[in-house]
Amino acid sequence: MDLKGKKVTIHDMCLRDGMHPKRHQITVEQMVSIATAMDDAGIPLIEVTHGDGLGGASVNYGFPAASDEDYLSAVCKEMKNARVSALLLPGIGTVDHLKMAVDCGISTIRVATHCTEADVSEQHIKMAAKIDGLDTVGFLMMAHMIGPEELLAQLKLMEDYGANCVYITDSAGYMLPDDVSARVSLARQELNPDTEIGFHGHHNLAMGIANSLAAVEAGANRIDGSLAGLGAGAGNTPLEIFIAVCDRMGVETGVDLFKAMDIAEEQIVPMMEHMVRVDRDSLTLGYAGVYSSFLLFAKRSAEKYNLSSRDILVELGRRRTVGGQEDMIEDLALDMAKERGTI
Amino acid sequence: MSNKVKAAIIGPGNIGTDLLMKAMRSEVIEPVWMVGVVADSPGLARAAEMGLKTTADGVDGMLPTMKEDGVQICFDATSAYVHEENSRKVNEQGAVMIDLTPAAIGPFCVPPVNLADAVAKQAMNVNMVTCGGQATIPLVAAVSRVQDVSYGEIVATVSSKSAGPGTRKNIDEFTRTTAKGIEMVGGAHNGKAIIIINPAEPPLIMRDTVHCLTHDDPDQEAITQSIHDMIAEVQKYVPGYKLKNGPVFDGKRVSIYMEVEGLGDFLPKYAGNLDIMTAAALRTAEMYAEEILAGKFSPVAA
Repeated sequence: MDLKGKKVTIHDMCLRDGMHPKRHQITVEQMVSIATAMDDAGIPLIEVTHGDGLGGASVNYGFPAASDEDYLSAVCKEMKNARVSALLLPGIGTVDHLKMAVDCGISTIRVATHCTEADVSEQHIKMAAKIDGLDTVGFLMMAHMIGPEELLAQLKLMEDYGANCVYITDSAGYMLPDDVSARVSLARQELNPDTEIGFHGHHNLAMGIANSLAAVEAGANRIDGSLAGLGAGAGNTPLEIFIAVCDRMGVETGVDLFKAMDIAEEQIVPMMEHMVRVDRDSLTLGYAGVYSSFLLFAKRSAEKYNLSSRDILVELGRRRTVGGQEDMIEDLALDMAKERGTI
Repeated sequence: MSNKVKAAIIGPGNIGTDLLMKAMRSEVIEPVWMVGVVADSPGLARAAEMGLKTTADGVDGMLPTMKEDGVQICFDATSAYVHEENSRKVNEQGAVMIDLTPAAIGPFCVPPVNLADAVAKQAMNVNMVTCGGQATIPLVAAVSRVQDVSYGEIVATVSSKSAGPGTRKNIDEFTRTTAKGIEMVGGAHNGKAIIIINPAEPPLIMRDTVHCLTHDDPDQEAITQSIHDMIAEVQKYVPGYKLKNGPVFDGKRVSIYMEVEGLGDFLPKYAGNLDIMTAAALRTAEMYAEEILAGKFSPVAA
């Protein structure tokens, strides 16, 4: 694979996707300290939001240690070169949240929908595209669930609404490199040449690096990941590793590798409540095609109702659940527990 | 004098057509007009076949004759963006507006909780909140009538096929309006609403989760009884309204897991979200009609 000379924009997820394994309890001080170090390391784009996006504070997903507004305003004002992004899932957050985040100083808004439901983002993308200088990104989750052609049609909708960048998001960490190549290369052929393409991976099958490289080869120029892989499931593409591989392959990221490694080792890993890694449950997510943030919910329900978390996750995959359906997990666990007589 | 009150349906889409089929069975409502904006829409053709007057010129196409046609109740099943104009126009002609969009310019109406109040106030515009609101607010109210609910949250999951272009364009209005309804009608101090659209095949039946945080420790027995009573009330007009699991009590959290199966009048049974909306709107219209027929209420131009 020859990627020499390609330029990639690195987008760190520790302070958004990383909120999932932290049960949304990262403090404002931790966010500022980590983001400042990332800024110093040359990471150009940092996402800061509740794990489930703006307005995600809820019984269903978890109440965070601080509000999106507190996180964003604290981090944005400390950034020297790095820009800050926020995630918004229509159905959870609204354009009011979007405006709040813009007022806090974000440069990038990412509007996320399930891969077949791009049209629910019309209101939000159109509005964001009208805001002067706001980098507007469409983000299609669980992109493994449909084929390249169908995905392209949804990406085009987001492009038509005004997104200047669209993402293919492997929320379940299910894709293999060929799956990524097929989706990204078709999108690269068919979308407007000015539209950027991004890839967001999860490491559930340990494919984060391989999939991100496949994405770059096929024409993506934004890659999501997180230092030390802090993210839902087995985490996101571990960024310090990806940056090291990029250095070796001659891909330009503009990030200082050793500084990135130090942040991962000295700030992110010590903050983890459990080792974010490929274990039996997170591997099941990738194997069964399940939304990565379901992991801790399935573990909790399994413990409460004396079930196997793997059984719960496999069943969630079989039922083709989508991102945001965390409420389904306790409901399903109760059904399984009644059936098996464990309660 | 006919013993039915004449009604018009604005919006011949999925919801309008399902509503029409239910209204045809009503003992007190007679649908006489179907109003659309697309000349060759299948919904208008279907209504015409069923003997209704139709127009593709929007509400303006019905206005010149609606008074002489005796229309006293209108249903708006279009979108939040055009509702206010529609409402103003039909109110001027002396018809009550029942709003199925999330525009929410009139008081909210969730039949088993506050329909009697809305009718008693003789409001000329009542809003049916949202499909998720109709499915969940009764349960928030079932908890809050037992004890103080500091926070009520609902998650409505609907099949992709049952979420029409109106819902998709209106998704923010859905979350805002439902959250407001959880507070104003459900009785929670703070409300939050989440909607998820799932494209699985075969389509999933509408699911709703209600989470309440009670101010003090929940009285489990009283809350459980109140929830079962409320479900029986909703089942009177939506027989497929079912408790799947719960109430689960976890500290101050009360969680209720519901499934809503529709009657399958026009849309398939999985679209319980649309069914509960049309059934609640018709139930509301019928209560108005009963008042009108009893001579207790005569809608007049606002």
